[in-house]
Amino acid sequence: MSTAVDVHNLWTMAADPVEKIPAPHIEYAQLSPTLIVIGVALVGVLVEAFLPRRSRYYVQLLLTVVALAAGFAAVVGLAAGGFGGAKAHVAAMGALAVDGPALFLQGTILLVGLVAVFTFAERRLDPAAHGNRVDSFAAQAASAPGSAGEQAAVKAGFTTTEVFPILLFAIGGMLVFPAANDLLTLFIALEVFSLPLYVLCALARRQRLLSQESAVKYFLLGAFSSAFLLFGIALLYGYAGTVSYAGIANVVEGRPGSVNGALAGTMGNDVLLLIGGAMLLMGLLFKVGAVPFHMWTPDVYQGAPTPVTGFMAAATKVAAFGALLRLLYVVLPGLRWDWRPVMWGVAIVTMLVGAIVAITQTDVKRLLAYSSIAHAGFILAGVIATTQDGISSVLFYLLAYSFVTLGAFAVVTLVRDAGGEATHLSKWAGLGRRSPLVAAVFAIFLLAFAGIPLTSGFAGKFAVFKAAAEGGAGPLVVVGVISSAIAAFFYIRVIVLMFFSEPKPEGPSVAVPSPLTMTAIALGVAVTLVLGVVPQYFLDLAGQASTFVR
Amino acid sequence: MENIIGLLVALPLLGAAVLLCGGRRLDRTGHWLGTILAASSFVVGAVLFADMLGRSGDDRTLHQFLFSWIPVGGFRADVAFQLDQLSMTFVLLITGVGTLIHIYSIGYMEHDERRRRFFGYLNLFLAAMVLLVIADNYLLLYVGWEGVGLASYLLIGFWQHKPSAATAAKKAFIVNRVGDMGLSIAIMLMFTTFGTFAFGPVLKSAGDASEGTLTAIGLMLLLAACGKSAQVPLQSWLGDAMEGPTPVSALIHAATMVTAGVYLITRSGAIFNGAPDAQLAVVTVGAVTLLFGAIVGCAKDDIKKALAGSTMSQIGYMILAAGLGPIGYVFAIMHLVTHGFFKAGLFLGAGSVMHGMNDEVDMRKFGGLRKYMPITYVTFGLGYLAIIGFPGLSGFWSKDKIIEAAFAKGGTEGWILGAAALLGAAITAYYMTRVMLLTFFGEKRWQPTPSPDEPSAEPAADSAGGGEMPHPHESPKSMTVPMIVLAFGSVFAGGLFSLNDSFLHWLEPVTGHSHGHSPLSALTVTLATMAVLVVGVAIAWAQYGRKPVPVTAPRGSLLTRAARRDLLQDDFNHVALVTPGQYLTRGLVYLDHSVVDGVVNGTAAAFGGLSGRMRKLQNGYARSYAVSMFGGAAILIAATLLMRAV
Repeated sequence: MSTAVDVHNLWTMAADPVEKIPAPHIEYAQLSPTLIVIGVALVGVLVEAFLPRRSRYYVQLLLTVVALAAGFAAVVGLAAGGFGGAKAHVAAMGALAVDGPALFLQGTILLVGLVAVFTFAERRLDPAAHGNRVDSFAAQAASAPGSAGEQAAVKAGFTTTEVFPILLFAIGGMLVFPAANDLLTLFIALEVFSLPLYVLCALARRQRLLSQESAVKYFLLGAFSSAFLLFGIALLYGYAGTVSYAGIANVVEGRPGSVNGALAGTMGNDVLLLIGGAMLLMGLLFKVGAVPFHMWTPDVYQGAPTPVTGFMAAATKVAAFGALLRLLYVVLPGLRWDWRPVMWGVAIVTMLVGAIVAITQTDVKRLLAYSSIAHAGFILAGVIATTQDGISSVLFYLLAYSFVTLGAFAVVTLVRDAGGEATHLSKWAGLGRRSPLVAAVFAIFLLAFAGIPLTSGFAGKFAVFKAAAEGGAGPLVVVGVISSAIAAFFYIRVIVLMFFSEPKPEGPSVAVPSPLTMTAIALGVAVTLVLGVVPQYFLDLAGQASTFVR
Repeated sequence: MENIIGLLVALPLLGAAVLLCGGRRLDRTGHWLGTILAASSFVVGAVLFADMLGRSGDDRTLHQFLFSWIPVGGFRADVAFQLDQLSMTFVLLITGVGTLIHIYSIGYMEHDERRRRFFGYLNLFLAAMVLLVIADNYLLLYVGWEGVGLASYLLIGFWQHKPSAATAAKKAFIVNRVGDMGLSIAIMLMFTTFGTFAFGPVLKSAGDASEGTLTAIGLMLLLAACGKSAQVPLQSWLGDAMEGPTPVSALIHAATMVTAGVYLITRSGAIFNGAPDAQLAVVTVGAVTLLFGAIVGCAKDDIKKALAGSTMSQIGYMILAAGLGPIGYVFAIMHLVTHGFFKAGLFLGAGSVMHGMNDEVDMRKFGGLRKYMPITYVTFGLGYLAIIGFPGLSGFWSKDKIIEAAFAKGGTEGWILGAAALLGAAITAYYMTRVMLLTFFGEKRWQPTPSPDEPSAEPAADSAGGGEMPHPHESPKSMTVPMIVLAFGSVFAGGLFSLNDSFLHWLEPVTGHSHGHSPLSALTVTLATMAVLVVGVAIAWAQYGRKPVPVTAPRGSLLTRAARRDLLQDDFNHVALVTPGQYLTRGLVYLDHSVVDGVVNGTAAAFGGLSGRMRKLQNGYARSYAVSMFGGAAILIAATLLMRAV
């Protein structure tokens, strides 16, 4: 009876005169990293609208670099101000957390973005079209591939400088994603960074059909997974009567706050919790590329412009794993005994499938895609540890992995033949003879992927497996090590191919990039080696940043 | 004073580093730098020696602690030095003879374009050898031990363009590895037994360990000594090592490095004293080697190889003496020092002869050189008299004592060892007289050297084949002066040491000494030694002094032919070790191919096949991807619910 009255009240209350909505309390300074990036993205849109075409590239590049650098400075400032530790709290009316993991991940994303911008802006690799320097992106995205419009755009020397503000929007979403402290913010952040990525994927200058196909697939499957996520949010709301992380966690632990009358019938129903939680997990597992939600990865990685692939592979993983960590450690710790076995299964399957399917790949971008799937499995092993060390090891792994990935994809952009990038592995045969430096750099990245000591990959893998073993996931570590052994096979096979095979006469050549890409690759190598040789400082940093605020 | 001990190592090490890293710009001055640093090291040694003499016998040991090298749990290895009378003796010998040989090499290597590198290696050797003798623990000794092995390898193969030199270097290195294994096992045994490997504690508590353990450690140390000192059964490398430049043969393969085994056994005296079985093994090795080397020395026509056989034989004497225990340690070291003088002198003399004879080494092609190379003749002659034990010269004093000590061992053993030592003395007199006669006396049997351009298939005896007749001449001062200095040592060192038993009193605090009870009086032994000496010289004179020597060696008896082949040592090693080793590796390779690779390849193929099948799931259709996601989500939800239900 009372339920009907409550529902009636809901209706009738809406008929009451609208109360004045109090202005929300927003801590602008603490949100400054995100605000700077989003703000400059908006300026970038205005630049596209009002500046002449000639100057857009330089203005956009400058704005983007400044925005990311300023954002990173803001993150460092916040961390130095104690927001990573003692002063960590939940800002913006409970929507966003400002704490150690959030700041560490935001810093990582901003650095990744900064390096990615260098590869986005590269204009010396593709041969000049009609006297105009061009980058990896389509002359005019709206024109159909092969149409007269496209040819005209190419002839006019158009370039899609919109990629810079689009990239900034994506980064803005990613900055919010791991910091989101309620489910709605989480969902909005997800969409804010996903939609720009779909667009970026479709923008390749060469092989545009493949690029557009990948974008459509990514979009369709992304929308599909978003639906699951949204449904999961609805179920959790039904279960807890709130979307805030802390509120849900309280209900899970049996300390419900105020009971919303309309939801009295569903609140505290564990079936809703379990199904909703699983759906939420699924949405995030899609983004990190875990099996069986991984199938978009190879197609999209292959079709997207390589700079975008590098950015996506690095930054999306950082953001999505950040959100996953927060969800599992803040919202669902009370449910640990339910999700841990399931995640065990996902992690094991992810590691094995990623490593095994990679063996037979013949395209270097697809190879790296499967490698990223296997790495998602390794990181999941750290997530499952459910200890402080688990968090810090995942943070460290993400930092290490993203720079290796960026560097590796940047090298892929250099190896070219008449058709653009030569991504078929057979063409890489003997690269070490012809371009020893490039091959050596790529070999360093591959060794890091394989987790060979003195590279960041080893330090990261060691940290993650150690945390997992101490967290009681010994069998998972065994599977992880076996998968690493399988994975080492195909990484080292590429090295063997590059250094111990005869080069083909019609093989690709290595383009000489501008200082932009060189900087990106050099940073990748530097971070890989520094984190591999002296990881302790960064491990400590990650360790200090491993407490979630609630 | 102890603070400068480290300089003994540091100075030559600095020289090695500068010379080897310095590059071409040091080509013109490098040899001086190397020589000066070697000499400085000798000066430091002399200063320490003077200081040591100023203190009483029991108070002469100095220690210098540099740093803790490997502190891991209960394991502790220090870089620390210990300089006592035994070490001091070696330091003076090594740096003194080393400096002389540096000076000699300036002249000898004058025309070698890699001279700077040569001096760098010599400095490296000095540093390692000094480290070996002043280390205060077995692990640091091992570092020096390996260091001298490395330097020896580099210097034997210095003329690496000659395949024979490269092979000889490799052979020396590999044979030495066997000995090194022995040393490392001995060190491990020490650590497990005593919990440390510093000389002080190990030797002090050696008496507490069981005899079995001590025997094991002793035998392993003996194995190490056999490798480094070219004793049977690890003797095969020394003859080939003569491929190195002659100064190297003099310094490393006669005077210093090859005596490291004697040092090791003497230093570890406390261990051997508690292990009679190990001592028996030591004296057996010594006795066998002293005869083995002497017999080989009789048959060689290559002057350096004859001297190498002699070295082996003389070190056999030292090992024999060291194996006798406290009655022999002092005499082993005394003979080691006198041998250092006269053998280095003999080698330098041989080098001088080769220098004058276009690098000819075959003694049958020498003859009558005494008129042409007077200084070399005199110094070599004094060395010769010293080694055969001519009364009054160095070798007489030291070898006589060893023979005496061998008899004093007592019992049947004593008689056998004494007889072997006496027989060795006779053979020594024979082969050294032979070397002397063939080289400096008799007719000129010089042959033109085949010109390097056209490799002559004809034997060198065919003088019509062109080439250049040698023009023997005395060597430059830089070579003769060291020879003269060493000749003084050959003549006077033994007498000086025996005066008032000064050497005995000097070393006794470290090694201990007991007199033993010889069944024969000292006079009897000396007379017997003189008698066998005369017999040996007389036979050699009858064979080589009275009648002309054929340039081509006669076929000779079975024993001669065997001795020319080093008593079949290489044939034995080939049959006993190399062939079975090859079969073993072949078997292992087969096992690796069929079983190990089979498993590995099978696993790889299995994963490859799995991979090929799984990638078919990736068909490119978004719809099937969506189905996979849907199925995955269903499983995820079901599994979560199931977990709760269970």
